[in-house]
Amino acid sequence: MNQLGFPILTLTLLVPMLGAIACLFADAKAARWVALIATLVNFAIGIVLWAGYQIGGPQWQFQEHIGLFGSFGWSLGIDGIALMLIELSVFLMPICILASWQAIEKRVPEYMAAFLFMETLMLGVFEAQDLFLFYIFFEAGLIPMYLIIGIWGGAERIYASYKFFLYTLLGSIVMLIAMLWMANYAHSTSIPVLMATNFPVHVQTLLFLAFFCSFAVKMPMWPVHTWLPDAHVQAPTAGSVILAGVLLKMGGYGFIRFSLPMFPQASAQLFWLIALLSSVAIVYTSLVALVQQDMKKLIAYSSVAHMAFVTFGLFAFNRQGLEGSLLVMLSHGLVSGALFLCVGVVYDRLHTREIARYGGVANNMPRYAVFFLLFTMASVGLPGTSGFVGEFLSMMGIYGASTWAAFFATTGIILGAAYMLYLFRRVAQGPLDKPDVAAMSDLSPRELLLLAPIAAVVMWMGVYPESFMAPMRKDVGYVLSRVNPAWPGGDSRLAKGAAKPAAEPVSGEGAR
Amino acid sequence: MITLLVFLPLLAAAIAGLGNRAIGNVPAKLVTTACLFASCALAWPIFVGFLTGDSEAHVIKVLSFITSGDLQVDWALRVDALTAVMLVVITSVSALVHLYSWGYMAEDPSQPRFFSYLSLFTFAMLMLVTSDNLIQMFFGWEGVGLASYLLIGFWYEKPSAQAAAIKAFVVNRVGDFGFSLGIFGTFLVFHTVSIPAILAAAPGMAGSTIGFLGGRVDTMTLLCLLLFIGAMGKSAQLGLHTWLPDAMEGPTPVSALIHAATMVTAGVFMVCRLSPMFQVSPTALTVVTYVGAATCLFAATVGTVQTDIKRVIAYSTCSQLGYMFFAAGVGAYGAAMFHLFTHAFFKALLFLGAGSVIHAMHHEQDMRFYGGLRKSIPLTFWAMMAGTLAITGVGIEDLFGFAGFYSKDAIIEAAYARGTTAGGIAFAVGVTAALLTSFYSWRLIFLTFFGKPRWAGSEHIQHAVHDAHGHGHDDHAHDHHDVAAEGAGSEPSHDAHGVDEVKHGTLGYHPHESPLTMLIPLIVLTIGAIFAGFIFATPFIGAGGSAFWHHSLAFDHEFMEAVEHVPMWVKLSASIVMITGFVIALWAYILDTSVPRRFVATFNGLYQFLLHKWYFDELYDLIFVRPAFALGRFLRKRGDQGTIDRFGPNGMAALVQMGSVASRKLQSGYVYTYALVMLLGLVAAATWAMAI
Repeated sequence: MNQLGFPILTLTLLVPMLGAIACLFADAKAARWVALIATLVNFAIGIVLWAGYQIGGPQWQFQEHIGLFGSFGWSLGIDGIALMLIELSVFLMPICILASWQAIEKRVPEYMAAFLFMETLMLGVFEAQDLFLFYIFFEAGLIPMYLIIGIWGGAERIYASYKFFLYTLLGSIVMLIAMLWMANYAHSTSIPVLMATNFPVHVQTLLFLAFFCSFAVKMPMWPVHTWLPDAHVQAPTAGSVILAGVLLKMGGYGFIRFSLPMFPQASAQLFWLIALLSSVAIVYTSLVALVQQDMKKLIAYSSVAHMAFVTFGLFAFNRQGLEGSLLVMLSHGLVSGALFLCVGVVYDRLHTREIARYGGVANNMPRYAVFFLLFTMASVGLPGTSGFVGEFLSMMGIYGASTWAAFFATTGIILGAAYMLYLFRRVAQGPLDKPDVAAMSDLSPRELLLLAPIAAVVMWMGVYPESFMAPMRKDVGYVLSRVNPAWPGGDSRLAKGAAKPAAEPVSGEGAR
Repeated sequence: MITLLVFLPLLAAAIAGLGNRAIGNVPAKLVTTACLFASCALAWPIFVGFLTGDSEAHVIKVLSFITSGDLQVDWALRVDALTAVMLVVITSVSALVHLYSWGYMAEDPSQPRFFSYLSLFTFAMLMLVTSDNLIQMFFGWEGVGLASYLLIGFWYEKPSAQAAAIKAFVVNRVGDFGFSLGIFGTFLVFHTVSIPAILAAAPGMAGSTIGFLGGRVDTMTLLCLLLFIGAMGKSAQLGLHTWLPDAMEGPTPVSALIHAATMVTAGVFMVCRLSPMFQVSPTALTVVTYVGAATCLFAATVGTVQTDIKRVIAYSTCSQLGYMFFAAGVGAYGAAMFHLFTHAFFKALLFLGAGSVIHAMHHEQDMRFYGGLRKSIPLTFWAMMAGTLAITGVGIEDLFGFAGFYSKDAIIEAAYARGTTAGGIAFAVGVTAALLTSFYSWRLIFLTFFGKPRWAGSEHIQHAVHDAHGHGHDDHAHDHHDVAAEGAGSEPSHDAHGVDEVKHGTLGYHPHESPLTMLIPLIVLTIGAIFAGFIFATPFIGAGGSAFWHHSLAFDHEFMEAVEHVPMWVKLSASIVMITGFVIALWAYILDTSVPRRFVATFNGLYQFLLHKWYFDELYDLIFVRPAFALGRFLRKRGDQGTIDRFGPNGMAALVQMGSVASRKLQSGYVYTYALVMLLGLVAAATWAMAI
């Protein structure tokens, strides 16, 4: 069956699912514990998965297949890219449950069930090897998130939840049609088979655009990003963490799993579109983030800017770009999740997200300030934190594809520093002159337990990213082997001067 | 050994930072200071080894960092002569500053945090200078930026300190923008970021062109200039200099360590480290020369009218960095590094001396309220004198000179000897700036230590005298004091030179000489400022240059020979203007103190222009800061809410609503009904797709 001898992937889906059902029949206190234990067990399974994964082994590992009807089947399997995103999900889940420990008071069993159900669906997205199984997980994931925002959200939760739902659903309808056409053409619904299928060039553009509708919204890319700030602002803290941490990664995962290997010619042709939208996104959303008065909105806009680094890197058509954007995805999942937790910490005390209401918390909450600063710096992309490696690689990659795109991408490091430090200054620095702010207590042990593990991983990824890059290396190579033949090369071609003999090979294709 | 040297400060920073209040002030200070002195003790033998020629350049790999295709980056420590010079500068000044801070920060409530930041800075700086590849250099580069941000904003309750900290970080990021693009381009061209590999391959790229932003440009010129933008940011060169004077918001030991001796020289270090690359592009070198010369002149002119003692020294630093850059620009990398080396000693000395004055004057930083201090704090006075003699370059050819005499004069002579237009202009600027340097340095000395005490006008002193009856020496570092914090720069109504208008008298205040922990560093640095030039001139720029540098930078032996044989008038010019500057300062601030006021009255326009630092801050505020915020607000209102949401989701919603009004009879209006219709549509679409 697979290298471990038992269906471990099904188990990762089953554990939270059973936990969710158990929660529904428990009272509030028991539901919390059930959820925590279920997510911790799943985290442990995730560790086993990582340990059992053979780096450099077969492309698809831990495969399972049960035929259901037609060509449709329960087929699971992961490659290195999926593995890392699974690790991210199972790592963040227990943290989310703990973050909701006290903040959620009404309908606790249902809340916990929704979260566990969502974990199943998220993991399903990364594990599915059947096109339609993927689609089901991909779309069904909306439902628990919709409920979490709509029931446990803030004052305008209904508007936010509908906006979220409609935006993301509309995009995926066109994708479904494209999927049907593809299944029909390739006579298979298996994702590995489809990845190796050469679709006719003239259809690729249409198929690419159909998938693009869905992934661009999920990403989110400018200009279909406006659902994200509203959803974040209204969602409870843990909802924001999972939204930023995992749900936003599905767009990027979709691009690298479907768009690039399945439609390489279209990807190369439509490079200009991606580069244009991403360039606009970085400058536009960074400027908007600069003037935000609401902490969560600011971080939400910064997410859009960071996701632009992902799309840039993915469409750089070289190894640095692809690996960089995968690292940005992992890093952003951790860092923005942690930043939302940081907002949650002060929100739980003062019940406002308005930046101007805070100030000087470094005085009475020094531990909090340290974590907040660390994650701020990681968000800014300071070397030594996870933010740097990914951003730097993806910018390096995009330079090989287009110097214009690199120019705009790199402005992100200036603007990013401006809005994040401005946020930190207004919240943590300055005189402690507001009595209610001064009364806030420093991190509780529970809150420390939420932030410390993320901080540790952020530093780990910043100093020794090899642990995270090694499992993905071969799969990135596969994607490259699919897209590279279609890519004509970047604009920074080197032309040797006549004066000196050429010692090095002339590169016309940019950095590989 | 080098591994220990580099990582000891990190360990110290971690202990002091994480331990913080749990371990208390003294253990935190003890562990950081001890680690720094240990590092310093390890650094000097390495340096001496290169001086005697016993040491070989080597690289020690610590850990692999990033592996992505061709991109192979390691955490590695490279030791060669260039690194060794930086190692002794960094560890020596840092160790002394740690010790000095025992006294200077004695009353601060968050001392462990301060010492932790200092050690963290030292670690980042050491990583920068030992890097074997551009990415680790960038790590150190940003790491020192972080430490600088933290230390400038150390007193984070002061709005001016926070603003200065953010400004320093963001302006440096503008430089890093160029640096990053430079690294990307370098990798694209050379398929590696390893510095030795790049330097070896660089000559082969001469004459090649590369596409950039739609045009085609010379490869090496592009790469060098992009990297140089990074150097301009870190080393506060004209255009990206605005953060440095504001950085004086940080505690004075920080100014001495980071904003004088070490971090700001990182740009010079980078250009020297990559000098074989710059040598390939004459255009880039010309740009470096002009930028250096412009900064040198600009900062010197502004320095002449500042009244805040720290800002005078800050502009002086900026100006001296300009010297170093145009030295590099004319190809005298050895001289640039030599000036970096001597400058580290005498500028750290001047800053720590200024700190000692500020300490004695109860945190008053405005020189208009000083005067007559030489009798009260004689040791500080003599230390500052040594620093001034060193920076102005006092000395007699072939006999003895203070540190600056050897290094600065070598730079001025090298600019002349280069014989190019840029070199000629740099020479003229260098001589002019030397005049100004001498003037503002002596002005500082005269205003501070000579004349009658003018302490009565200072709010800090009034405060101190007033408090003396209460609880004694209070900590006023946290006080936000407008005059001291912003100098006269923002208050044109104050006449900076109207010293006579300031109340005279001591108010009965007695300045005290600083404690021993502060005086020992002053004494050590004084020795450095006096002898560093005399002792080390031969290996750095003289006959021993080729053997000492040994290809760690592009040392042109014949050129340095030529520099020694410039005409006599060139050699004398620096000394002549130095004496002239001294005489003018003596005349204006000792003999006839009405001169400055008359000058201001006659040339008020020029005076205001200099006082406002050539209006750079105002200009940048107008063209960058305000438009960014305005555009952000516009995009939020008109972009997201006014356009995307209006015609996107909300517009859709409105359409649906209109539709539902029309078909209310047919539909209930519940969402699940809509979902059903949607599903039916899906089934239809699916059937259609299956059918074809």
